[in-house]
Amino acid sequence: MRKITWSIVAVVVALFISAGIAQASTKDEVQKRGYLQCGVSTGLPGFSNPDEKGHWTGLDVDVCKAIAAATLGDATKIKYVPLNAKERFTALQSGEIDALVRGTTWTLTRDSSLGLNFTGVNYYDGQGFLVSKKMGVKSALELDGAAVCIQGGTTTELNLADYFKENKMEYKPVVFDTHDATAKAFDNGRCDVLTSDQSQLYGLRTHLTKPEDAVVLPEVISKEPLGPVVRQGDDAWFNIVKWTLNAMIEAEEMGVTQANVDEMKNSNNPGVRRLLGLDGIGGKGLGLNDDWAYQIIKQVGNYGEAFERNVGMSSPLKIERGLNALWSKGGIMYAPPLR
Amino acid sequence: MAVYITTPSPALPPPSTSVGVLGWMRKNLFSSFANSILTLIGVYLLFLIIPPTINWALFQADWVGTSREACSGEGACWVFVTVRFQQFMFGFYPPSEYWRVVVAFSLVGFLIAWLLIEETPKKGLVGIFTIFCYPVIAYLLFYGGALGLPVVETHKWGGLMLTLILATIGMFCALPIGIVLALGRRSTMPIAKSLSVVFIEFWRGVPLITVLFMSSVMLPIFMPEELQIDKLLRALIGIVFFQSAYMAEVVRGGLQAIPKGQYEAAEALGLSYWKCTFFIILPQALKLVIPGIVNTFIALFKDTTLVLIIGLFDLLAVVQSAFADAKWIGYSVEGYVFVAGIYWISCFSMSRYSQYLERKLHTGHAR
Amino acid sequence: MSNIKKQFWWNNSQHRALFFQVLLVAMLVGFFWFIGSNTLTNLNNRGISTGFGFLSQVSGFGIIQHLVPFDETYTFGRTFLVGLLNTLIVSAVGVVFATIIGVVVGIARLSNNWLIAKLATVYIEIFRNIPLLLQMFFWYFAVLRTLPAPKQSWSAGDVVFLNIRGLYLPEPVFGPHFNYVFWCIGLAIVATLFISRWAKRRQDLTGKQFKTKTVGMGLIIGLPAIVFFLVDASLSWNMPALKGFNFQGGITVIPEFTALATALSIYTGAFIAEVVRSGILSVNSGQTEAASSLGLHKSRVLKLVVIPQAMRVIIPQLTSQYLNLVKNSSLATAIGYPDLVAVFAGTTLNQTGQAIEVIAMTMGVYLFISLLISGFMNWYNKKMLLVER
Repeated sequence: MRKITWSIVAVVVALFISAGIAQASTKDEVQKRGYLQCGVSTGLPGFSNPDEKGHWTGLDVDVCKAIAAATLGDATKIKYVPLNAKERFTALQSGEIDALVRGTTWTLTRDSSLGLNFTGVNYYDGQGFLVSKKMGVKSALELDGAAVCIQGGTTTELNLADYFKENKMEYKPVVFDTHDATAKAFDNGRCDVLTSDQSQLYGLRTHLTKPEDAVVLPEVISKEPLGPVVRQGDDAWFNIVKWTLNAMIEAEEMGVTQANVDEMKNSNNPGVRRLLGLDGIGGKGLGLNDDWAYQIIKQVGNYGEAFERNVGMSSPLKIERGLNALWSKGGIMYAPPLR
Repeated sequence: MAVYITTPSPALPPPSTSVGVLGWMRKNLFSSFANSILTLIGVYLLFLIIPPTINWALFQADWVGTSREACSGEGACWVFVTVRFQQFMFGFYPPSEYWRVVVAFSLVGFLIAWLLIEETPKKGLVGIFTIFCYPVIAYLLFYGGALGLPVVETHKWGGLMLTLILATIGMFCALPIGIVLALGRRSTMPIAKSLSVVFIEFWRGVPLITVLFMSSVMLPIFMPEELQIDKLLRALIGIVFFQSAYMAEVVRGGLQAIPKGQYEAAEALGLSYWKCTFFIILPQALKLVIPGIVNTFIALFKDTTLVLIIGLFDLLAVVQSAFADAKWIGYSVEGYVFVAGIYWISCFSMSRYSQYLERKLHTGHAR
Repeated sequence: MSNIKKQFWWNNSQHRALFFQVLLVAMLVGFFWFIGSNTLTNLNNRGISTGFGFLSQVSGFGIIQHLVPFDETYTFGRTFLVGLLNTLIVSAVGVVFATIIGVVVGIARLSNNWLIAKLATVYIEIFRNIPLLLQMFFWYFAVLRTLPAPKQSWSAGDVVFLNIRGLYLPEPVFGPHFNYVFWCIGLAIVATLFISRWAKRRQDLTGKQFKTKTVGMGLIIGLPAIVFFLVDASLSWNMPALKGFNFQGGITVIPEFTALATALSIYTGAFIAEVVRSGILSVNSGQTEAASSLGLHKSRVLKLVVIPQAMRVIIPQLTSQYLNLVKNSSLATAIGYPDLVAVFAGTTLNQTGQAIEVIAMTMGVYLFISLLISGFMNWYNKKMLLVER
């Protein structure tokens, strides 16, 4: 009996001691661990989606890969943690993941009261409506009294309420937990409208029995800047994630692609040389190797390539660049100079 | 002179309406007017349900093929299930490592069968092996990371395999905690008793889904920052606490059924509390509650489906995620029927087993 | 003698019990201190806001089914109330139907009609052994999808409509004097209760019977009816009508509610059927035989002898089934019914990010309900305790 008691005491003491160990910075932890823990969605075509064999692909996944390439020099060293809308912030707060790249909208509340930091925007989105062609609706303003299918726990729910209230229309929200359930209920005819971020509407449309019978309405009722999120209080890691994204955008602007990055090393363009870590500050400020951006481009590609491959015209989603084009090409994608 | 025949005339056969098929029907189906009506309604209901169902599920169904084109659309298309069968069983577990899962489950099946079948020798040794060695072996097989087995992260586990893992581990860990709680609840120490009561009533009073929410959302806040608990492990912790409360009540039922004389006899022999508990009371009590334990296991097995709400891919979740595959839209009924079939066969056979045990164990202790 | 063998303090069972309990308390305090300090540091480090202030913030989202007035301008605290009421109403409906199904099937299983008994067995074995969540998905996603779109609704006399968006019923609109009628109903119920107590006492003393049921029904229906005509309370009906995409007006029973209530009643009904059966079987056959030999009719035997005794076995198990039903109603979140877990532990938790407060409140509600029900059970058990002579 005494032995048992003592062993319990020992375990409790050990727990307390272990609780006192100081916390290392996220970058060091990732490098020591040897892989990045990246929070993604439970499955959203084009952004983060597992294929039949469990390999993850998508625009958000590419950001994860870029972070891994910059920090570890290897874009495959990632553990993907699929999260639903409910768990995502807790998972990040608790340190279960190092970065959250899951189509998360940047808002004041989230940035200021959840203990999180948004590092930038990797997709400018807006909330839209998907309706059946049979309804003969041309504009969202004709939707008075409609039943609306929606995924719970998102800003979408709040925007929807705002929009209908502003336009003095009635609606009936039918709230589900997952994208799948939402799309299925819409498919069954439970709702007249499915609302979500526009990017997701295109993806969800491919899940319908007859995708060609559904149409996305022109109205965009909200600003949804989606971006990678990290924990508050670790500025070094915040910088790494922020500049990883910037490097991808800058690479597109400079015309550096996955295919030509090795040739570009011989370029005389000072901007390209700085990007590839041949001149300038390189990775010193971030505490990374000088070739951190080179690794990103080599292993993942620039932003334009990632966009095209996952959601652009060469993908099943066929989304136009629109706002997500470079600032020089009519969009608002703009990276601060890497110098 | 009158002649009296003294030999009895031979017995006539009973009227044809009271023996044989007719007699049986008359007695069991048409014994009264109301009964006849009920029977007719019942037959009509069966006629409505059975033939179309069998047609759909068997005769008009499509069994072979590799894609949607193999489905004729007249009956069920089981091709949907056969194509994805491996995923339904193993989730995203790498196919080259399937053998590990199969070996682990075969081994535990073998061990349990050994312990349950009566004629096998050396039950004690096998039991100790099952309790102390098997978990290590199973961990190595499932997770890997030693003996040259590559690591398979828990987020790749899924399907029926995950369901079974959740249910068995939940059960395995809940039993000892449940026993301690049951002993605590019957203890004479006021603090131990009240703590056990509070613990048991708390976990029995809340729905499993809030427990899962709590373990997935709140546990990370309760733990020190550098202690990171895997998502699957978090769900398991919740399930174990929840289950142990139910287990405690089952065990308590067994403890209460042990006559007081057993305690008194043990005390008279000078056995200490622990010796009395472990060598006299528990063996008898646990034997009594085996059917109850099987019943709670059935409940847990069904309840593991709830983990899909916190984003784990158990059997039901994997099948549901397959519905979203653009190539296979519109075959959800087949998927649901498949899952229902698996659960039904498992639960029904277990409940039959527990009834059999109940009858068998009833002999010595009926009072 | 006592000085031959020295008594160590730990050999005294009382001392040992004390020591053990002190240790237990210490461990418990340590455990909570550990959790508490972790939580505080974590919340601090991560800048998560705490406290119940969020309950008075404006929620900003809509809920499809609300028994009390609600729209997006109400507070998060109100979402708690809306979710709670939705949980309670679906549980109440589930309890009623599960009981009906359970009693019918339980008795059917004991029927001397072979076919009916077997059908009841098949029903019980099928629905008991399939996970509830799966049954819910089946009812919601596979069965309800066969219902027509709003424009092709099935209707009964253009008063009741059924389509995939729900069941639409006319809603009674009470005139200004209608509260008198409600008062009368309440009054009649109270009066009936008193009459039945008086009748029982009289029967116990004198053996004279009194037709309590007839009188009670007369009171409950008659009194309000008279008052209704006397005070000229107007009652009109708000009829559902197709406007735009959906029906407006009337009472809407949303399909999520239907699917959840159906699944809960059918699943729990199977368990209740077994409870009823075991209750009836627990009554000694000598009781039935004795009653029959007194010349009581079969139905009177059941009503006066079997059921009152079976209830003693049935009620405790029945309450625990009801409790399970209430807890199982929390699965609503999977099919989009706005119950407490879906609304409060779902959307509200997400919008505010205050996991601890929200989950604690949610668990508190279920705990309270379960304590309430088990309290009732204890009271009932005491009341029904076999009075042995």
